[in-house]
Amino acid sequence: MKNKLKETVMHVVFFLTACVSIAAVLIICVYLLGNGIPTIAEIGLENFFGITWKPSKDLYGIVPFIVGSIYVTAGAIVVGVPIGILCAVYLAYFCPKKLYKILNPAVRLMAGIPSIVYGFFGLMVIVPVIQQLAGTSGKGLLTASILLGIMILPTIIGTAEPALRAVPGSYYEGALALGATHERSTFSVVLPAAKSGVMSGVILGVGRAIGETMAVIMIAGNQTKMPGGLLDGLRTMTSNIVLEMGYSTGLHRRALIATGVVLFVFILIINICFSLIKRGDKAS
Amino acid sequence: MKKPEATQAVNVLTFRDRWQSYLKHPLSLMVWLIVHLAVILTAGVIILLVGYILVTGIPNLKPELFAWKFTTDNQSMMPALVNTVCMTILSLLMAVPVGVGAAIYLAEYAGRGNKLVKLVRLTAETLSGIPSIVYGLFGMMLFNIAFGWGYSMLAGCVTLAIMILPLVMRTTEEALLSVPDSYREGSFGLGVGKLRTVFRIILPSAMPGILAGIILAIGRIVGESAALIFTSGSGKENLQFGQTGNFFADLFAPLFQSTRTLSVHMYNLMSEGLHTQEAQATAVVLLILVIAINALSSFLAKKLTKGNENG
Repeated sequence: MKNKLKETVMHVVFFLTACVSIAAVLIICVYLLGNGIPTIAEIGLENFFGITWKPSKDLYGIVPFIVGSIYVTAGAIVVGVPIGILCAVYLAYFCPKKLYKILNPAVRLMAGIPSIVYGFFGLMVIVPVIQQLAGTSGKGLLTASILLGIMILPTIIGTAEPALRAVPGSYYEGALALGATHERSTFSVVLPAAKSGVMSGVILGVGRAIGETMAVIMIAGNQTKMPGGLLDGLRTMTSNIVLEMGYSTGLHRRALIATGVVLFVFILIINICFSLIKRGDKAS
Repeated sequence: MKKPEATQAVNVLTFRDRWQSYLKHPLSLMVWLIVHLAVILTAGVIILLVGYILVTGIPNLKPELFAWKFTTDNQSMMPALVNTVCMTILSLLMAVPVGVGAAIYLAEYAGRGNKLVKLVRLTAETLSGIPSIVYGLFGMMLFNIAFGWGYSMLAGCVTLAIMILPLVMRTTEEALLSVPDSYREGSFGLGVGKLRTVFRIILPSAMPGILAGIILAIGRIVGESAALIFTSGSGKENLQFGQTGNFFADLFAPLFQSTRTLSVHMYNLMSEGLHTQEAQATAVVLLILVIAINALSSFLAKKLTKGNENG
């Protein structure tokens, strides 16, 4: 009897702990949207989605930061995705076993390095190089793209490599038997078969790039104007929050929180894409 | 010694065979080159990154950087180091029981096709996708402002706990699922109840996997900065127990003190712009911590797979 009671109590406890993550998401959603939407309404849609950010004049246009975030993320994709996918293919199908024992932990180390350390590396190594080559301040879209491209590499490799390994060996062997070379078998047969896994890696990388804060602050230049060319400085939504939160008050502060809400909505959209791809994978 | 004829492999390609094949398929040769170029680039970046941090940082590791008290002269990282350890422990104390309990529910109690399981997985995925700055904003609004805690270690720890919850949950669930069903059946067959099976049979055999996940979570806490600058703030002082004489109030006083972790310390050093050398030294300490954490985690993960192969 006593045992049965204990079983039931613990069952309920486990059930409740399982519900914590649901509650957390609900509270975060309600809190962020509940704070953000009234603020956006107060500022006015036209003002909030305008192109000038001048809190001293009550102008809270965050479009330059949205565009900045999108540019930086796109840049990170251009730099990071091809290299990441190629590395994943290498690790799964080209790598000698001995080398794999070094490369795999190295990639995982890359995933574990704090973003502040990446930012430091970007500031001390990449910025001076761009400065020399381009003759600008060195901080800007190009620098941020390169650094974020590096930062999303481990995310992409870590998701794409297991997906590539999960492709049945018969695919590869069948292609070889038809006379395709090793390269052709991996790239025209195995890689398309692992498409959805590779895509979810890319989407996770996009999520990491758009949400990255500390590294971007150091190297993106942080100008509030609309981003221009490759070498111009820009500011992302994330860096806008960190840069101004410290001294902001009143509507200014709430506008920054609303910026976070817009970022949150972006992330939710990315997450939905991610789960759609996963679901499509299971259906096929 | 020459191998006997019968066991000699017939499908081994010599370098010349391969070269001739590549000459016939120039596209394959190009692909081969591109793949290797990509890997060399990645490996180069890793070596450059780690090498740069070590080479510039190690000469700056001076004993006064590890002085017990922070002053503007020594810019000691010791209080930050101690705070990092305290905050890690506190966050784990909150996140691990919840995460492990949730994983036990998902893996052992919930039936197949349970709607709740899908919802929990979905929310866990959502949580793991939220950027740390959004956690920081949320924590600031809820704990610092609405609850009135101000910049405090507790606010930072609760925020971190929510952040690492999905990681702990997922790795624990994977570890539980990798325990062979025969263990459960054997235990039930001996007449053991479900709860006892979970705690005596399943959790111990899944322990290395769970620990590996927890250690990954520690890595995430150590590296975190964006979620903390608005929740736990950037207090430079050592943790101070209260002096009021009330035992509990004194004991819990540090919870409501503003503290900085090592990553936040490094961010502050860099944004002040005056202490590059100290920042370099802090980067080395962070890097060494991350390397140690990763090594420990993969060691434990290896132990798990080995244990299951033998069992």
